[in-house]
Amino acid sequence: MTHRSILQPAVSLCAAIALGVVAMAAVPGTPQQPSATPPAQEQPREGSSKISGNGNAKPKLAVPDFLAATPDAETKAIAATIGQVLWADLDFEREYYMVPRDTYASIPVPASVDAVPFDRWRELGADGVVIGAVRKTATGVTVQVKLYSVAGQTAAFSKEYSGTAANPRVFAHTISDEIFKQQRNLTGVARTKLTFSSDRDGERMKGTVYDRKIKEIYISDYDGANPRRITVNRSLNINPVWSSDGKAIAYTSYRRQNFPDIFIQRIYDGTPPESPAHGTDRIHNFLPAWSPDGTKLAFMSNRDGNAEIYVMDANGGNLRRITRHPNIDATPTWSPAGNQIAFTSDRSGSPQIYVVDADGLGQPQRITSDDSWADRATWSPAPFNEIAYAARNGPGFDIKIRDMTTGQSHFLTNGEGSNESPAFSPTGRHIAFASTRLGNQQIFVVARDGNGLHQVTKEGNNYTPNWSR
Amino acid sequence: MPRHRLTVLFLAIALAAGGAGSACKKKSPPIARPTPPPPPDDMTANRPPAPPEPVTEAPPVAVPPEPSVSSADMGSLDEINKKGILAPVFFEFDSAEMSSEGQAVLAKNAEMMKQYPTWIVSVEGHCDERGTAEYNLALGERRALSVRQYLVSLGIAAERLRTVSYGKEFPFDPGHSETAWAHNRRANFVVTAK
Repeated sequence: MTHRSILQPAVSLCAAIALGVVAMAAVPGTPQQPSATPPAQEQPREGSSKISGNGNAKPKLAVPDFLAATPDAETKAIAATIGQVLWADLDFEREYYMVPRDTYASIPVPASVDAVPFDRWRELGADGVVIGAVRKTATGVTVQVKLYSVAGQTAAFSKEYSGTAANPRVFAHTISDEIFKQQRNLTGVARTKLTFSSDRDGERMKGTVYDRKIKEIYISDYDGANPRRITVNRSLNINPVWSSDGKAIAYTSYRRQNFPDIFIQRIYDGTPPESPAHGTDRIHNFLPAWSPDGTKLAFMSNRDGNAEIYVMDANGGNLRRITRHPNIDATPTWSPAGNQIAFTSDRSGSPQIYVVDADGLGQPQRITSDDSWADRATWSPAPFNEIAYAARNGPGFDIKIRDMTTGQSHFLTNGEGSNESPAFSPTGRHIAFASTRLGNQQIFVVARDGNGLHQVTKEGNNYTPNWSR
Repeated sequence: MPRHRLTVLFLAIALAAGGAGSACKKKSPPIARPTPPPPPDDMTANRPPAPPEPVTEAPPVAVPPEPSVSSADMGSLDEINKKGILAPVFFEFDSAEMSSEGQAVLAKNAEMMKQYPTWIVSVEGHCDERGTAEYNLALGERRALSVRQYLVSLGIAAERLRTVSYGKEFPFDPGHSETAWAHNRRANFVVTAK
């Protein structure tokens, strides 16, 4: 399937697991093991396969350690990791109240996924409990998982996965996404990835007498785990953005003779990056933004004498100039339908956000007015119609969200450090941004209502996050 | 301007003197020359050559720089750039306009570039951390381009001037004060070929 081409050298371990899931995963509800209670999907009662909370309360879920069905240390470690990561994945969307794991440390891990001490989980007040078992096989591991309704003592979700033992987190992410889909009809993001720019390796720019920290492009899981460096040119590499198929990253790099140009790197192919905007020591290109259909890039270039917005096909064809103004036009982003582009211009005297038709023919409309500085507009995916941007608020910046339908704006962050470069999750339910609130600049993720803040980077300084689709 | 130029001249002389000194040390012992040491003022051309005289000691003579200066005297590119021979120009917040001080600095830099006509110079646009990373890339570009334009207006060939914007990526002063910010809003000059 497509998974094969998505995952090559950098994350080949994921490939094996993903393939395993595709090839061997049981259909939910298919009996895999002798079972005291029939799987939920076979039950006729409508809605019985959904874990619900008490009244309007969020369902309370518990995820104890998975059972190591083979008693070796590696299997035990995998079982522990899957339990921890799955708890965090299920917590992330805040659809459930996740019962803290230390409160049920004393409940013994069952001997099998079917021997569940329901009375203990009822005492704890859990509405659902995820019970899993990890078994070592000749080629890797199998992971069996069931989500039980504590009240009904039935499995609402039941599935078995197989894959390599190399990255147990992928099992947890897959289970989480599938539970959300089946239980809440929600697209989870546990298998999405972030890309960002970082100076974490502490290397210095070559060929200069100044002490300049390089920045390279990294990818990581959505929670910051498994960070991997994807550029190694010891130069300045910034503003990475995922292609819509998640196979390529476009970014601004000074890798070639020290002038800024846009590169597209197919991160699982190992092929040399392409530079479709054809930069030279005179023509500089920055800040790529993929169109939602993945066929075009909007970007900023000085090619006509000052910073303007352009659009080109991903292969460099059909170059079109979108803005025409002697002032700065920078930092483009596409509307979800791909018919409009928001960008930053200082034509009014300070940097503000404008929106223009993507054909460049209409007059740009200014949409921000309450901020002395507004930049890095990023348009939400549907069903939301919002633009997040960095707005000056006191000495630093805060992330502000403008509802493009109502025209109402509100701050997502509130003056802790300086907060810049927002990026929506592919479902629009979360926003990643860079913040100095802890000193160094780090990437954080927060839910769209401002709750559930997670720090996803910790090493060095980290900049300009972008979220895969 | 004169003071700056004198400093450079002095450096050049010192370097040349150092070079001559070491060259002379290799010649041992000094050989009697058919011509005397350079006379103080009168030209020797009008007189008949004086009879050879034995010379016991010849002091090394510093050779002044040629009128058209070779930049070899300035050392390697790294040495030139470390010395900061082309001074930076500073800007106000979110501005690419040059102050009168900035214009004076650029006039000096232009003169230096005329003195070393083989130099290729990169004009780096830098910004302070108070702007956003993305917009600052454009602001740094505008600063570099406006400096380039000004130097061209002073007679520097456009082909000798590259521009590059580093936004706020490479602060010169890592601090978070007004002083640091003022220090970081600049066009910085790097000689990339000589």
